[in-house]
Order: sequence, then C-alpha cells, then structure tokens
Amino acid sequence: MTAQLEQKAEGARVTGRQPRSSKQNSRKSERSTERRFATWWWFTPALLALVLIHYAPSAIGAFFAFTNWKGLGKWKFVGWENFAAIADGGPTTAALINTFIIGISFVVLTNVLGLLLALGLNRTVKSRNVIRTLIFAPVVLSSLATSYIWKFIFEQDGPLNEFLRSVGLESLQRTWLGDPSTVLPAIIIVMVWQNVGLVMVMYLAGLATVSPELEEAASLDGASLWQRFNYVVLPAIMPSVVIAMTLMLINGLRVFDQIQALTGGGPYGASETLAVTIYKETFVMGRFGFGAALALVMSLIIIILTVAQRLLLRTSSKG
Amino acid sequence: MFRYTKKTLLREALLILVALIFLLPFYFLINLALKNGNDALTTSAMQLVTNPTLDAFGQAIRGGRQATLMDGMLNSIIITAGSVLVLVAVGSISAYTLSRRTGKLSKAAMGLILVTMVLPAQAAIIPIYVGMRNVGLVGTHAGTIIMYAGALLPISIFLYMGFTNGIARDYEEAAQIDGASRFTVFRKIIFPLLSPATGTVAIFTGLIVWNDFFTGLIFLNGSDAVTLPVVIYNFVGESVSQWNVIFAAIIISMIPILAFFLVAQKKFIQGFTGGVKS
Repeated sequence: MTAQLEQKAEGARVTGRQPRSSKQNSRKSERSTERRFATWWWFTPALLALVLIHYAPSAIGAFFAFTNWKGLGKWKFVGWENFAAIADGGPTTAALINTFIIGISFVVLTNVLGLLLALGLNRTVKSRNVIRTLIFAPVVLSSLATSYIWKFIFEQDGPLNEFLRSVGLESLQRTWLGDPSTVLPAIIIVMVWQNVGLVMVMYLAGLATVSPELEEAASLDGASLWQRFNYVVLPAIMPSVVIAMTLMLINGLRVFDQIQALTGGGPYGASETLAVTIYKETFVMGRFGFGAALALVMSLIIIILTVAQRLLLRTSSKG
Repeated sequence: MFRYTKKTLLREALLILVALIFLLPFYFLINLALKNGNDALTTSAMQLVTNPTLDAFGQAIRGGRQATLMDGMLNSIIITAGSVLVLVAVGSISAYTLSRRTGKLSKAAMGLILVTMVLPAQAAIIPIYVGMRNVGLVGTHAGTIIMYAGALLPISIFLYMGFTNGIARDYEEAAQIDGASRFTVFRKIIFPLLSPATGTVAIFTGLIVWNDFFTGLIFLNGSDAVTLPVVIYNFVGESVSQWNVIFAAIIISMIPILAFFLVAQKKFIQGFTGGVKS
C-alpha cells in the first residue's frame, strides 16, 4: 500500500516539475497551496514547549550559575566564584576528572566491542539473530535496575569473588565497589554491558550497506583481512562510526543511574561524576546556583567534546 | 565466498560463548530471586536453586514503605502513555506544519528546534524544577508528562519530518476539493500515512520515559506519583542485603518492557536505532 502510494507520489513529482510560464506564477501558486494546508496555529504547542522547557530554562539556568541562589529567597551575583570553586582542586575537580575518564573509556570500549561483535555476527553465523537479540536486551531495560544485579556481583561475598576463589586467584579478591582503585573500572564494565548491544546494532546496520561483491573482489585481488576492513568496510560504515561514537560520548559524560545505584559516588567521592555532583549539590544540598554552574560546565564539556570528536572523525575519514 | 566453513563454526562457537558470559547477570538475577531467604544467604550465587519458591516475589509485591511496586508500575504506565500521546499528537502536527509552510518563518522554526540540541539541558532542569514547584506541578503526573513531552519534542518533530517532507500534496488537494477541512485532511490522510514514524517515535520516546530515573528522582520522589525506577531505588535502600527480594522486585519491574521487546523485537531495534540516528 505505502509502496504504491510512493510510486504515485514519484509520478506526481515528475509532472509537477514541468516548465511553467513564468517564475512569478509558480511562486504564487506555491504560496496559495501553502495557505490551503496546515496553519501556523498548529505550531503553537510546539513553540510553547520550546520556549518554556528549552530556551527560557536554559537562559535562566545559565544566569543563576553566576549567583549564590538557594532556590528560594534572596540571592546575589557572585561573578565567576562558582566556576572557580569547581576548578579549585577539591571534590568537584575530582568529579570532573572522573567524568572524563568514564566518558572516554566508555566511548572506546563500547565502540571497539560493538564493532567486533557486529563483524562477528555479520553474515553466515547461524545463531546471529538470537545472539543479536540477547545482547541488545539490556539496552531496553532500566539502567538503574540492571546496575543492582551488578552491585550484587561485585559484593564482598558475591559471585565475582567466589569465582576468583574457586580458580585459585584469592589474591585478586577485593570489594570491587569499595576500593578506589577498582570502582571506576567496575562502573565502566556495567555501563559497557548495558550499551554495547546498541552500538553493535548500529554497526550491523552499517555493515549491511557493504557490498559483498566489492569485498569479494578485494579478496580475489589478494587484499588481506585488515586491508579489506580498512579500504572496503570502514569507509562504508563511517556514518555508523560517527553516530555511535557521538551518542556514546554524550551518554558516557552524562552517566548518573549506574553510579547512583552502584556507589552513590563513593567510596569517599572516588566515583563521583558531574551528573551525580549536580544532583547532590542542587537537590540534596539546595545550592541551586552552584548546581547550575556545574550543569553549565557539564553541558559545555559535552558540546565541545562532541564537536571535537566529529571534526577528528571527519579529518581521519578523509585522510 | 561467504559459505559456512570450519572457520565460521569456530566463530559461531566463540560468539555463543561470549553471549553466555554476557547473560550471566540474568542467570544470577533469576536464580537468586527463586531462592528462599535462607538459601539466598547460605548457598552460592552460582549454585542452581534446589527448591524454587515465589516467596521473594510475594515479599517484593507487598514491600515498599511509601509506594509499592504496583503503584510505581501504574504511575510509570500513566506517565509513559501520557508523554507518548502528547509527543505523537504535537510532534506529527508540528512536523506537518513545518513541511507544508516553506517560508522564512518555517526556516526560523527549524532553527529553533535544531538549537535545542546544544542548549545546556542539564542547567535547564533546575529552573524547570523551581518553576514547576511554584505552580504546584512537582510530584504530579501532569507536570512530569509536560516535562518529558517538552524535552523530547524536538527529536520527535525531527523523526516525523523525515516522513512529512516526502508526502506528495495530491491526496491533500484531492481531499480538499472534496470539501475536507485542513484538520480533516491531516487527521484522515496525513496521520495514517505517518504510522511508521509514529511507531518509531512511540518506541524511542516511550523507552526513554519508562526507564528514566533522574527526572523521576527529582520531580517525584516522596510523592504519590513515583515511577518504577524511583520505587526500585527506594526499595533497595529499604531491603538491605535481601538480594532475593530485591531481585524479585527487579524482575517484576522488567516484565512489561521485556514482554514488549520479545514480541516486537525487530520494531524495537529499528525504532531505537531509527530514533538515535536522527
């Protein structure tokens, strides 16, 4: 049905392109058709949402980042004081660094593992549909709920330590989430487990556009596996690479659920990230101005890193 | 070239092994939830449950000091359904308007929508919270629906515009000659043509709203309208180390979405990647 309609639409577009007597005439008729369909009134709910939920709050939030507002009552301008406090080497600076560590490791790991899984599952493997569905499953589940499964796995007397004991690696046992040296890797594992299925599916979609003939021809010409990947597959999946890396970077830098569930930022702030700090400062401590400054910093970091990554990918795909 | 060889068999075996390890957390989840309180503490998590019981599920359903799991489930259904309905209605008609009106105003509106992607959303949530608190919308279904619908509207309009731009005007013209009003044209002709986009918007935004924890924690915690993730969060805090009960609660919270996923997994994967890609 839709296909038929589309065909008809194609036909209509072709006839529509027939030369008209004069440019002015066609412009006039276009304008009159415009008036006949839809009206700007229909856009007012969207406009209201854009102003009330996006523009005004962003502007107000950015403004209060320069104040000592507590959410209620009087406030005064404090200039760059909030921002200086973020970068003073204290707990917020540590949160900033943790956010970078998590964001970058998360992008790299999800993309490398997602691509490997996609390459492995692409074509011929018989159970690929089942495996794809299973690995995608965590993506649709609440990241808060799944994090609690992992919290149990990482417990002092949990399955991970039990496994290590059973294979004779007692020396490696530890309280994974209570040890500042292992808490970040543990959190990153949980995040990667939750999201790798999404990246895999994006790469599978990209791989479906690679022409088998081209790959075959390359291999007949004696191209190695690596050459085939580098010159045939990679250019074709570049759009997927860009989307997957951008999305994972944004999600990684914004991480909240997993940390709130696994550690709440502990031990002693060792797993605190910007999003967790924003939540605590603003909604637990009531320091709205400082929280807004943190949120502004986080948004700027996300924008800058996303743009930088895009530029990097663009130049590398050209070269 | 792409035949099933010994190498493929090896690759397949390796992938199955990876998948099994990947699924281990789900084994722990189900296995432990079926144990009774004593076995959960004394037997190993790897050891398969010997006398499965639904005790933990009963405790999970009865538990929850402020709000029970079922309260959370109901609230999540109301808020998700409400947000998706608003997003489908407003998203489709806004996208259609922007596709049919091609003047400067339309370009400006598109610009407004595009720029929202780089606005400091994290900084925006604080004034939204204060504003909603002042008008009494914090802790209500309506306020939360407004928040989600507003936040996800730009992406929904984008998803819809991928379709509205491609619809030829012939049907609309024909219907209008037959005397249909503008709104009838939209409702009877355009909206049905947009159903693939409606599917993508519903799945993509529905999943985000259903699973979202942060907004629920800020806007709803302590109220009667708490969503499922917030109920789970509080529940874990209240049932320290009763992992079998916690896991039963988690399983119950996962049932609706897993059921949807298994029934319509292709649509889910398409909808989600479709949403992400725009």
